[in-house]
Amino acid sequence: MRGLAQLYAQQFKTTFAAMVQYRASLVIWMIAQVLEPLVYLIVWSTVASGSGGSVGDYTTRAFAGYFILLLLVNHVSYTWIMYEYEYRIREGLLSFALLKPVHPIHADIAENLSSKGITTPFMLVVAGGLALIFQPLITPAPWALLASVPVLALAFLVRFLLEWALAQVAFWTTRVSATNQAYFVLVLFLSGQIAPLTLFPWPIQAVAAVLPFRWLIGFPVELLLGRLTPAQALTGLGAQAVWLVISLALVRWVWRAGVRIYSAVGA
Amino acid sequence: MAAPAIELKDLQKIYIVSERETGVRAALASLVHRRVEAVPAVDGISFDLAPGEIVGFLGPNGAGKTTTLKMLSGLLHPTRGGATVLGYVPWKREKAYLRQMTLVMGQRNQLVWDIPAQDSFELNRAIYRLPAADYRRTLDELTDLLELGPLLHKPVRNLSLGERMKCEIAAALLHRPAVVFLDEPTIGLDVTMQRRIRAFIAEYNRRFGATVLLTSHYMADVEALCKRVVVIHHGRLLFDGDLSSLVQKFTAHKTIEVQLDDCQANLRAYGEVVACSDGHYTLRVPKAETAQITGRLLADLPVCDLLVEDPPIEEVIELVFRQGEA
Repeated sequence: MRGLAQLYAQQFKTTFAAMVQYRASLVIWMIAQVLEPLVYLIVWSTVASGSGGSVGDYTTRAFAGYFILLLLVNHVSYTWIMYEYEYRIREGLLSFALLKPVHPIHADIAENLSSKGITTPFMLVVAGGLALIFQPLITPAPWALLASVPVLALAFLVRFLLEWALAQVAFWTTRVSATNQAYFVLVLFLSGQIAPLTLFPWPIQAVAAVLPFRWLIGFPVELLLGRLTPAQALTGLGAQAVWLVISLALVRWVWRAGVRIYSAVGA
Repeated sequence: MAAPAIELKDLQKIYIVSERETGVRAALASLVHRRVEAVPAVDGISFDLAPGEIVGFLGPNGAGKTTTLKMLSGLLHPTRGGATVLGYVPWKREKAYLRQMTLVMGQRNQLVWDIPAQDSFELNRAIYRLPAADYRRTLDELTDLLELGPLLHKPVRNLSLGERMKCEIAAALLHRPAVVFLDEPTIGLDVTMQRRIRAFIAEYNRRFGATVLLTSHYMADVEALCKRVVVIHHGRLLFDGDLSSLVQKFTAHKTIEVQLDDCQANLRAYGEVVACSDGHYTLRVPKAETAQITGRLLADLPVCDLLVEDPPIEEVIELVFRQGEA
């Protein structure tokens, strides 16, 4: 355990050193991260004020709260591992990872957390600025704030594990962009990214409830917004726990199978 | 004799490669029926390395050298046969094994491009869980042997190819592996840098008693480092033994270099004249007759200097490969 802690600490330093080399692309990347929820925020606020001040139970200011929190939640759980894996396998970089006596997922988690650590202050400032402009309605109870700590941690972990497992598709095919695209569309509609899921017709809500995505994005946002009852929060935590177990099993299985293929075919 | 550090038994790797002809029709046909071909990259080879031995692993491009090294370092599963390294089956990739071996690929980089090498070294320290004192000592030794001092704090992308290779080698050896696989460690480097890396490998082997299996296309590497060589071609073993007996076995000739006072002499009566200029002659003679011809040369001609040599190792290797082709 101590060894892993040291590895994470060292990876943080390495990632930090590498990231500051590319300040411009870092800023561009962060702007892109901000723009998407900002567009939805403006669209839905406009729709709400055009239809008498609200859509469903979301007022203009509630939409502002939803999308500003979405920006932050998405920042916590976002990964880019799927883009990276294809490149790694093609370039033979994975061989170096396989030569090391540590599971490569640790380096990836550490790298993700490190770069999040670096970009989080920027995101908080942006969220604060947006809050000043859009006057969001965010009213979480103290217990909800407390609950958001494990909820956000699980959201990060489960999303990371799922997307890491999905990234391993690169072991089977060199055309991973198709699977990535399909996945992103799924996430966009069924996680609450494009709009709060409670505004969708019930069949879509039902589908979203059995899939992991809403528990990783929409649920933490609604919790922080102050829209959930303690019972709903517990249900969400339970769903996250179930998906944690599933995604861990998935990572183990996909990794083993992938390495078996890699070591049969070579690179 | 101690148990071998590396042991290969009838090791085989067959790649399944899909093939198709060019053109639209062939592309469409391949949608329905994919033709595959089994390509044996390594076709049943066996040899052992004793602990502390340095062995040159030779063969032309595509002979199966890298595939073999990848199997021995656990990156590839063999199709058939077995191997143990330090008593471990490499492709099980047990952590205890991975901690004791390294693979250096001259054409691949593990160092992070944008940061100084030292930062990548620190990362390896954490990955291999090296105690601070051990790490410090090894790093100091490697810095000293490879003259890394001025390089450690420059971003890797600013290093020259040779400088980068030195750092790659250091990164791969920080955990002091007992078994070292080197795949073309000197490729693309200038002669001075090749020599330095060669000297380093010899010193690492001497100091730490590491077992080294080395592939290289530069015969100078092999001559300087390896008493013993293993030659493969088309995935099969052609030769396993001392470098000197490789020369013995595969060449029936020696060369005699003669320096005469006389620039006009005709030496054709003594052997095949390979080159001559300014009284310096290079003769190729059948090995069995070398002593007798040398005697005659010395007796008949005004010889200033005479040197009997085996043909250059490059020539020998080429000959070996050509015989493997037949």
